[in-house]
Amino acid sequence: MHFARSWRQQSSNLRLVGSRCASCDAIFFPERIRCTGCGSSELKDYRLSGRGTISTVTRVFEAPRGFESQVPYFAALVELEEGPIICAMLTDVDQEDVSVGKKVSMVTRRILAHGDDGPIIYAYKFTPELEG
Amino acid sequence: MKPTRAVGVIGYGGYIPRYRIDAAEVDRVWRGSGKKEGRSFKAVPGPDEDTTTIAIQAARNAMDMASIDPEELRAVWFGTESKPYAVKPTSTIVADAIGALPHANAADWEFACKPGTEAMQAAIGMVGSDMARYAMCGGADTAQAKPGDVLEYTTGAGGAAFILGPGQESVAVLQASTSYVTNTTDFFRREGQEYPNHGQRFTGEPAYFHHIRSSVTTLMEEIGAGPGDFTFAVFHQPNSQFPLRVAAELGFARDRVEPFVLTNLVGNTYSGAAMLGFAKALDVASPGDRILLASYGSGAGSDAFSYEVTDKIIEVRKRGVPIERYLKRKKLVDYAMYARYRGKLRRN
Repeated sequence: MHFARSWRQQSSNLRLVGSRCASCDAIFFPERIRCTGCGSSELKDYRLSGRGTISTVTRVFEAPRGFESQVPYFAALVELEEGPIICAMLTDVDQEDVSVGKKVSMVTRRILAHGDDGPIIYAYKFTPELEG
Repeated sequence: MKPTRAVGVIGYGGYIPRYRIDAAEVDRVWRGSGKKEGRSFKAVPGPDEDTTTIAIQAARNAMDMASIDPEELRAVWFGTESKPYAVKPTSTIVADAIGALPHANAADWEFACKPGTEAMQAAIGMVGSDMARYAMCGGADTAQAKPGDVLEYTTGAGGAAFILGPGQESVAVLQASTSYVTNTTDFFRREGQEYPNHGQRFTGEPAYFHHIRSSVTTLMEEIGAGPGDFTFAVFHQPNSQFPLRVAAELGFARDRVEPFVLTNLVGNTYSGAAMLGFAKALDVASPGDRILLASYGSGAGSDAFSYEVTDKIIEVRKRGVPIERYLKRKKLVDYAMYARYRGKLRRN
């Protein structure tokens, strides 16, 4: 069980909190302590909108340990509207819903549970925007 | 009961999982009796959903509609009878996900299917006493049922959240609320048990019907109103018949109740049931409408509320997600996928 690690990652997992450079306005996800653009160490927490588009996507049949119960699932690179590209699982989708350029938005889902008696990890996934 | 300071709903939101199973499919597996398809469905949580994720999405939708700073919330209270953790609050996760922590009270409420409306009464008290400007309450469940039990035909999943705030900011202002509670054992789940037990027809009378009749009658006496004064009435909905029957007994016209009975579409969402119905009523209400909300929780009790809709509803609800969108978004699954998604198939 990784109590400390999951506790440290909660703000990014639950709220998509990344960093914004106070010097050059570059936005990062996950959080950074130094800007890769200008080298500044003045980075502030920045909450991303959770809206983006699929850049590339694949379907996973052989999952890493802990994710076996969710196969088959889609994993994608999602380009957030603020710029960062994030690797995430897609949820509530079928093959026909998934395409490059598709608009998606962030939802919080149960990512991992450490056995029947360990902690449950909640984090971001992405899903197609609700149709009106 | 009513606070000295006017209080109302400043934002609300619901959430219903995407998957549905036809009650006829449940019937096919356990009775093989060929029940007609397409009449009633229930929402099934996906393999990565639980009460916490449902509550988070409902809370986010409510926050989007209310458009307030989450750090102004002084309480995040959710009611459920399907907590993912037996010990560890769901509400702290919800509050963290919407950015309301750390200067907020967070707690889980429990009273079978009515903890969400208990939390609503408490939130009304908190805002009404000026201890808080805003407080969030809600109810969500992934309802449990023993495989093959009559409950399994209707146990759904979903939830709703409401943000209470000052009356002048509200889309619906509270007129009054009452509770009627007795020690009646009609439905329960013992500690450590996976599925609830119920008293068959005893869950109707003297449980559901007596308690709702009592809370609503008391409320109407307190505010000097009759059934004809309400534009819409929303009742707890364990099935599609009970709310229509209690409405008829109380004198409410069927067409003011039926549009908000969602049981045939998403099943009985336990703590979410009456609250989702209330959210759907707010989705279609007009300024000046009065809405009755009456929950029921086994064990047993009923909370009743009278709200009057304000002019603000027209603009404010444009920022939200109508419940109808979640009702339309659906994918049918068979019993095998339902069993997998609900964790009824174990590989080790």
